[in-house]
Amino acid sequence: MSELSELYQQVILDHNKKPRNFRTLETANHSAEGYNPLCGDHLTVYLNLENDVVKEISFEGSGCAISKAAASMMTQAVKGKSKQQAQKLFSEFHSMVTGNEEREEGQELNNEAEGLGNLRIFEGVREFPVRVKCATLAWHTMHAALNNLGTTSTE
Amino acid sequence: MATIEQSVLARTQSGDWDVERIREDFPVLRQVVNGKPLVYLDNAASSQVPQVVIDRGSIYLEDEHSNIHRGVHYLSQKATTAYEGAREKVKRFINAHEARECILVRGATEGINLVMQGYGRKFIGPGDEIIISAMEHHANIVPWQMLCEEKGATLRVIPMNDAGELLQDEYDELLNERTKFVAVTHVSNALGTINPIKRMIDQAHKYGVPVLIDGAQSAPHMLVDMQDLDCDFYAFSGHKMFAPTGSGVVYGKAALLEKMNPFQGGGDMIKSVTFEKTIYADLPNKFEAGTPAIASQIGLGAAIDYLNSIDRKKAAAHEHELLRYATERLTAIEGVRIIGTARQKTSVLSFVIDDIHPHDIGTILDQEGIAVRAGHHCAQPVMQRFNVPATARASFAFYNTKEEVDVLARTVEKVVEIFS
Repeated sequence: MSELSELYQQVILDHNKKPRNFRTLETANHSAEGYNPLCGDHLTVYLNLENDVVKEISFEGSGCAISKAAASMMTQAVKGKSKQQAQKLFSEFHSMVTGNEEREEGQELNNEAEGLGNLRIFEGVREFPVRVKCATLAWHTMHAALNNLGTTSTE
Repeated sequence: MATIEQSVLARTQSGDWDVERIREDFPVLRQVVNGKPLVYLDNAASSQVPQVVIDRGSIYLEDEHSNIHRGVHYLSQKATTAYEGAREKVKRFINAHEARECILVRGATEGINLVMQGYGRKFIGPGDEIIISAMEHHANIVPWQMLCEEKGATLRVIPMNDAGELLQDEYDELLNERTKFVAVTHVSNALGTINPIKRMIDQAHKYGVPVLIDGAQSAPHMLVDMQDLDCDFYAFSGHKMFAPTGSGVVYGKAALLEKMNPFQGGGDMIKSVTFEKTIYADLPNKFEAGTPAIASQIGLGAAIDYLNSIDRKKAAAHEHELLRYATERLTAIEGVRIIGTARQKTSVLSFVIDDIHPHDIGTILDQEGIAVRAGHHCAQPVMQRFNVPATARASFAFYNTKEEVDVLARTVEKVVEIFS
């Protein structure tokens, strides 16, 4: 059960039970819907972008513990970041959960670990390939909202 | 004396379902998953294949592989004989009048699409109505929606109650002079409900309306008889009844199949082709364009032989007992709710747990070697009806055991614990 306890860590279970920024956002000027048609996860990400900075961000919807906790922690991580920083976090997060992290010569993985901070707890997801989409759905949706792509899907 | 002992022994064994003996027939069940013995409870999605079916496929590939219906040579004749032999087995298995009424297709989905294309596009027009039910698999919804959109016809849906039983009064109300087709499932893949299709077929026939039965979940678990049911079409998949994927059947009454349009055009479905005109082949070839999945369909024939070699009534009784026991065990766990509590059910057990998503349940069960389906089961309207995003579904076959149900129940308890 060790891989399982890696996946369902207390922090993830806590965010699943009490998701942060779980509401609609009245002041939103960007939003997008995300679907995972395979499992029925469905969420909407709202954000208020001012001068390319994410002033406010929230989400609603339903999904599994991994997708909900990932969405909750995504909103915490992205809030206050510039559009560019948010995109960078997305790509780092994506690389981490898909196990595609690349280390450039002379660069320590620690640099990225600092960037991702407590999002590192999702590292265990890479041992569960079918759950990677659960962890990345909110990130894809945030990306779609930032770039006005409308509805996004993991398929 | 030995003879008497043997016959007594045979009787005793047949009195009880010898599940351990049956399990030996299925090599896949011997494997270990995540360090635990595999507990395979996803039979409604795809069932496992017995050694005799695997062996039959090997014989074809080693000794008989060739194209059918066209070669004068030895191997082609052998392959054709084996392929047409499978059709004969299908005919007897479902008690069709004639083998040519059994069209071999890729599975139930292709079978339903064949009927939609061949019958629906020819005989259904603007203002006509097609009746389906609230518990259909997407395979028995989407083709009819496509047809309605193309023809300006209307899709009418028989509703169900909270137990997951179709409301027969409402069905009777829906039937009228505009009804031109009824397509309904024999057994719900998401709920396990067994529908009273004999009655439903009779009702439709009062209006002269043909009926297609989706038999994907019934053919593997029940005795089905085309003469007794009197349905016009019946589609099922080989891979849900212990045969390889790519095998399946759509049965149709010969008189209907003959007046239908062909499904796909190509080789093997013609009598003669010129650039001016093509004359189609007779049944069943008219509906079997191109080289079929020969090995898979021969495998389906072998799976039917296998099913005929076991006592199917006892197999069904065993599955029913597993359902009863699993329902009792899971219902006893706090927070677990069964979706689909019809009085007549096959061995499908869909469940949800308060505040725990089925995907999390599925992942945790998988870590213990238990295979269940977690998701919408290609029946999203059923999920909407019960107001759940998805369910976890354990579905049993005659090779499953009560001990496996115990492992399932213990692990579901563990899921509840992790999320408490």
